[in-house]
Amino acid sequence: MRYTHHWPSLVNAAMFGLTGLCALVTVSVLIFILGYLVYHGARSLSWNFLTKLPTPVGESGGGMANAIVGSGVLLGLAALIGIPVGFLGGVYLAEFGGSTFPFVVRYTADLLNGVPSIVMGIFAYTMVVLPMHHFSALAGGLALSVMLIPIVLRTTEEFLRAVPDSLREGALALGASKWKAVATIVIPAGFRGIATGMMLSLARVAGETAPLLFTSFSNRFWSHGLNEPTASLPVMIYTYAISPYEDWHQQAWAAGLILLALVLIANVGARIVLSRRTAMPR
Amino acid sequence: MRVTYMNASTRQTLTKRQTLAEPSRETQAVEVSETPKAAIMPKIEVAGLNFYYGTRQALYGISLGVPEKKITALIGPSGCGKSTFLRTLNRMHETVRHTRVEGEVRLDGADIFSLDVTAVRRRVGMVFQKSNPFPKTIFENVAYGAKINNPAHAGRRALAEVVERSLRGAALWDEVKDALHKSAYALSGGQQQRLCIARALTVDPEVLLLDEPCSALDPIATAKIEELLFDLKDVCTIIIVTHNMQQAARVADRTGFFLLGKLIEFDETSVIFRRPSKKETEDYITGRFG
Repeated sequence: MRYTHHWPSLVNAAMFGLTGLCALVTVSVLIFILGYLVYHGARSLSWNFLTKLPTPVGESGGGMANAIVGSGVLLGLAALIGIPVGFLGGVYLAEFGGSTFPFVVRYTADLLNGVPSIVMGIFAYTMVVLPMHHFSALAGGLALSVMLIPIVLRTTEEFLRAVPDSLREGALALGASKWKAVATIVIPAGFRGIATGMMLSLARVAGETAPLLFTSFSNRFWSHGLNEPTASLPVMIYTYAISPYEDWHQQAWAAGLILLALVLIANVGARIVLSRRTAMPR
Repeated sequence: MRVTYMNASTRQTLTKRQTLAEPSRETQAVEVSETPKAAIMPKIEVAGLNFYYGTRQALYGISLGVPEKKITALIGPSGCGKSTFLRTLNRMHETVRHTRVEGEVRLDGADIFSLDVTAVRRRVGMVFQKSNPFPKTIFENVAYGAKINNPAHAGRRALAEVVERSLRGAALWDEVKDALHKSAYALSGGQQQRLCIARALTVDPEVLLLDEPCSALDPIATAKIEELLFDLKDVCTIIIVTHNMQQAARVADRTGFFLLGKLIEFDETSVIFRRPSKKETEDYITGRFG
């Protein structure tokens, strides 16, 4: 009798301990990485690092201004192509789709999501770099946008599906056309989640190195236009980290810290703006 | 006996309210309700309506005529098809996949299935069982119908007028006039439901369909909505689905009883509740089943 009484509470305690331990491990790994990055990166972080071009080996005081701007340009390009396509595709899947075609689209998107990012690089290399005979920001932006599309597509669809049907019915019953109901009621109702999803997907591709290695390549100077090879933070980190020079290693740490800070700022900023914009319960 | 009592009390409320608003209308209303029905062409006429969810048939050969500017109640046990029937009247059933309709639904003599669907829904408004305000302010909620249907209303002043008129029409204006720009979700359940009625009124519907509008409300909020229905009867035809037989007896001029997808009986409310001609109706009314 006592056995049956105690066994559940024992299991309870064990599971509580185990799940708590795993949560603790997750957090400590994160904090360790962050701390390590800040410890190493902060030392080489300076105003020069943010505003100057890279210097040749041995010369001190150089920065990565071109890579910071370059990453911004690449992400902007990716967003410009990837977000509208992914978003509208997601709207189609959630609101207009029949049964067979959306199934194919959804399945393909999930497959695309699992494709290694370097394959996206090869795709952009074949489509843009080979015909143009040189690396360019355009090719890098395309590679990142191909990664962006399936993520944005699926998050848009998920958040639109979470909008209660009663809102759609309410709009339709007032004589709204299907598209009007979607555009004026359903999308605004799901907008907060969708926009957060977009920010998170941008943050995810911001750190991608592999698809950029042979698309946007890199550049030690400012690039003049989207047609030229463009520096980006991840590729700079990669190049500097595998170099044999100690001061480049330090700069790679600093670049890592900047990349992390930018992603964090974008995330937190998006959340603050969105929570202010839609001060609605539910 | 109980039913008679309720009808009397109802008529009393009606008289009181209408004397306040417009004394002349009271006599008129009573007169109309006692006019023989044959002379008036029905607002909505349904003939031989069959309804299918996929292969499952939900309605069998429904035929009835809904009188204009009257309240028609539809009663019956859960799953009897009364809500399904209501949704076909403004083609809302089309939002559900794999549904099929046979038969005729005529609005002022015109087949609603050959009219433009948005036009049908503008003329035949709907209020749902669970209040469904949009995640917007009270003002925007009410203004929505006006905005999407009539760009002429887009001016701020015109819009404000429509909103006030509709909120007054739904007897909600006095409660919310100082909170128009607050979230609609801040309202109580009963207020949200009246907000949904106000929203439906902005497009000046000729018919208003209500699908168990009071099922989630307390008796006080329910009483308010019922009073509101009496007022709305002057401007539009009302069809209400309800689980509450007392409610049907209180508000409706005519009542239809549904059972297992069939319309068993459709007559004056007093007839349905006092001397129904079908045994099924009598069993249901007296609580012998359902």
